Amino acid sequence: MLAVKDIHAYYGRAHILQGVSLEAKGGEVVALLGRNGAGKSTAMKTIMGLVPPARGEVSFGGRRIDRLPPYRIARLGLGYVPEERRIFTDLTVLENLSVGRQPARAGAPTWTEDRLFALFPNLGRMRDRLGGRMSGGEQQMLTIARTLMGNPRCVMLDEPSEGLAPIIVEQMARSIHALKGEGLSVLLSEQNLHFCQVVADRVYIIEKGQIRFGGTMAELAADAALREQYLSV
Amino acid sequence: MTFPSFFIQLLNGLTDASSLFLVSAGLSLIFGVTRIVNFAHGSLYMLGLYVAYSLIQALGRSPFGFWTGVILAALVVGVVGVVIEVLVLRRIYRAPELFQLLATFAIVLVVKDAALYLWGSEDLVGPRAPGLAMAVDILGKRMPAYDLLLIAIGPVMLGLLWLLLQRTRWGALVRAATQDREMVGALGVDQAKLFTSVFFVGAMLAGLGGALQIPREPANLDLDLSVIADAFVVTVVGGLGSLPGALLAAILIGVAKAMCIGVGTVRLPGFEVDFSRLVLVVEFVIMGVVLVLRPYGLLGKPPAVARAAASVPPPLRSPRWQTALVWIALLLAAPLVSDDYFAALLIDIACFALFAVSLHFIMGPAGMISFGHAAYFGLGAYAGAVLLKRAGLPMEAAFLLAPFVAAAFALLYGWFCVRLSGVYLAMLTLAFAQITWSIVFQWDSLTSGSNGMIGIWPAAWLSGKTAYYYLAIVCCGLGIAFLWRVLFSPFGYTLRAGRDSPLRAEVIGINVRGFQWMAFVLAGAMAGVAGTVFAFSKGSISPSATSISQSTDGLVMVLLGGVETLTGPVVGAGLFTWLRDVLARETDYWRAVFGLIILAIVVLFPQGLVGGLKALFGRWQERNA
Repeated sequence: MLAVKDIHAYYGRAHILQGVSLEAKGGEVVALLGRNGAGKSTAMKTIMGLVPPARGEVSFGGRRIDRLPPYRIARLGLGYVPEERRIFTDLTVLENLSVGRQPARAGAPTWTEDRLFALFPNLGRMRDRLGGRMSGGEQQMLTIARTLMGNPRCVMLDEPSEGLAPIIVEQMARSIHALKGEGLSVLLSEQNLHFCQVVADRVYIIEKGQIRFGGTMAELAADAALREQYLSV
Repeated sequence: MTFPSFFIQLLNGLTDASSLFLVSAGLSLIFGVTRIVNFAHGSLYMLGLYVAYSLIQALGRSPFGFWTGVILAALVVGVVGVVIEVLVLRRIYRAPELFQLLATFAIVLVVKDAALYLWGSEDLVGPRAPGLAMAVDILGKRMPAYDLLLIAIGPVMLGLLWLLLQRTRWGALVRAATQDREMVGALGVDQAKLFTSVFFVGAMLAGLGGALQIPREPANLDLDLSVIADAFVVTVVGGLGSLPGALLAAILIGVAKAMCIGVGTVRLPGFEVDFSRLVLVVEFVIMGVVLVLRPYGLLGKPPAVARAAASVPPPLRSPRWQTALVWIALLLAAPLVSDDYFAALLIDIACFALFAVSLHFIMGPAGMISFGHAAYFGLGAYAGAVLLKRAGLPMEAAFLLAPFVAAAFALLYGWFCVRLSGVYLAMLTLAFAQITWSIVFQWDSLTSGSNGMIGIWPAAWLSGKTAYYYLAIVCCGLGIAFLWRVLFSPFGYTLRAGRDSPLRAEVIGINVRGFQWMAFVLAGAMAGVAGTVFAFSKGSISPSATSISQSTDGLVMVLLGGVETLTGPVVGAGLFTWLRDVLARETDYWRAVFGLIILAIVVLFPQGLVGGLKALFGRWQERNA
């Protein structure tokens, strides 16, 4: 579904991504684990075309996307949910969703407002509330729902559990399971190992802009030294 | 004033407010989504008048012909907006904001000459609105029926725009893009198409605003800058991005202007005030007051923090002294080999180089864009002239004192300006420049008003061309050297710290505003020096020295050369002054040629001339390394 080969990216002169390769297959939930500043968000922005890759290849559904503008990438069915949520604060919940709306797509679940409100019941109770008047957890639900309105085949979630209350984190995990149940591929970045263990099939560990480990969740669980080296604070 | 005449003036003000609102609404919409301050918006208004004039001529002066003409004119101007967006602006959305500003200046020049070519330089008086030419009796006064219709059009258009923005997906996209256009793109929306459509709507509103004025106002070539100044004022007073704010501000300003005319001369014990003279300045006074009390306008909100962290300009590098020596030697030797014409051109270039460098001083390192820097240039020039002719000082004294007058005004104006930032600051500088202009323009007894002042010649020992040439070169050269030196002093570093990271600068104990204020005064004083030198070189001075177009000339010089380099403004000033001289000699359409040259540069060298040439040179070096 999504294949990234040896991408490099810069912010000004800072070499942020130094050869990142990863893959997410159809219907798979893949976690990108790493500490603050390891390059998780930059990797996602580079895949989405928001940061131009200096080198390397990104392909999605068998098609090269590393030179396409973000809107073309989104229209191919790759959804992106940014870390800072980036809700349109002057727009209502329904309007936020309408900005994300794209035509239905073969091979991907088709979302309507009502289906999304079934997945995120809180949102259904505040359809006309302005994005700026919602709690952090509600905004997190809205930003995911907004991306799903584009009927993606694969979604990238940048730190979906960050800054949320434990009960909302649980809801988030259930939502990700639901997305997987719909047949979506999910690539999520996380600092929270426990959250990954609950939702992910496979995991990559990123550190200083390079992938240090790739394997199943079980392999990571078995390797205490690896966790100690890259994930402990 | 009696109540009926008060009421009529109120209606007159509301009539003017309608068109003002339409133009400003378009400007605000375009700025919100594309973040481009579209200086060409006044030109689109002007085109609306001209196109409506021609269409009504062609379609006949029937009600059908008139209204079809007006609506078609708005659509034609909308299409012109699309052409501008697709051909020029789309290529430079990633360029620095100031460069986009330069591109829209160039468009102003091109449109002005296109209009000159198509419609000639005579004012064109349009037809009365067929069927609405009669006057309506109101409280015993007569009011054209067409004006009453115009009064209704403002609120109606606000309602339609509100529906469009609040009730359609396009509107949701526009509002979303105003906040975070990158995210809108990441959700699959084609920004290029969205921007084009926004430009169409915005340009159409400007065109409609112009076309509707055809029975009230002759089409003429000066409308572009006067309307853009009005539209800036309205947008800023109302709050950028707020359409109800724009309507409120348009009404406030339209009515205030009409009242000034209506009140006329008022005799108070001891003195009399001629309010009709305040027409030219009242809107700028209102803007000044509003911005000081509410820095984001009446209904505006503080701007969203720019998401993509604006790339910090590269550190300035001081010019090499060897290069400087070569230039100094060449300039000193110039009179030996050149004729008077060339020396005069060099004096002009020297004045404008100092003017541009002083503007760059506040725009670049201090991070304050000024749309009204001509105020200080003109004040220096006029102070010299007034001290010489009215105060009867010797020329040397007038020459030396004049820059201090400019500095004093910069001290006063700057105190208000540094309280704001970004576009709001730029607008406030424009306001002060316009106030200065209108005082100069109207104070006949002091400045000879619109005639300008003549006979401002240097003292006998400086009156030879060569002698004055050396004086000009030395004064301007020292001014430039002084400003450059300051940039590499702790004061200069502090300014750049305040620009790049105001919060951190404050935290380490820097009074950012205080330093900006001082920079403003320094730049004003140096622009004053340039103006003084200029006035004495010409022997005369006219109010255009403080005009908007003088300010925009300065901006073009700085931006043409490149705001990120030290020498850029000098190169820009030289190129600008020389090209204008050469082109004006060759063709009546020098503005268009000049505009096209700027557009070519903007598209090819998005870092400015010096920046672009440096980049080219760097690549050449790399290849040969």
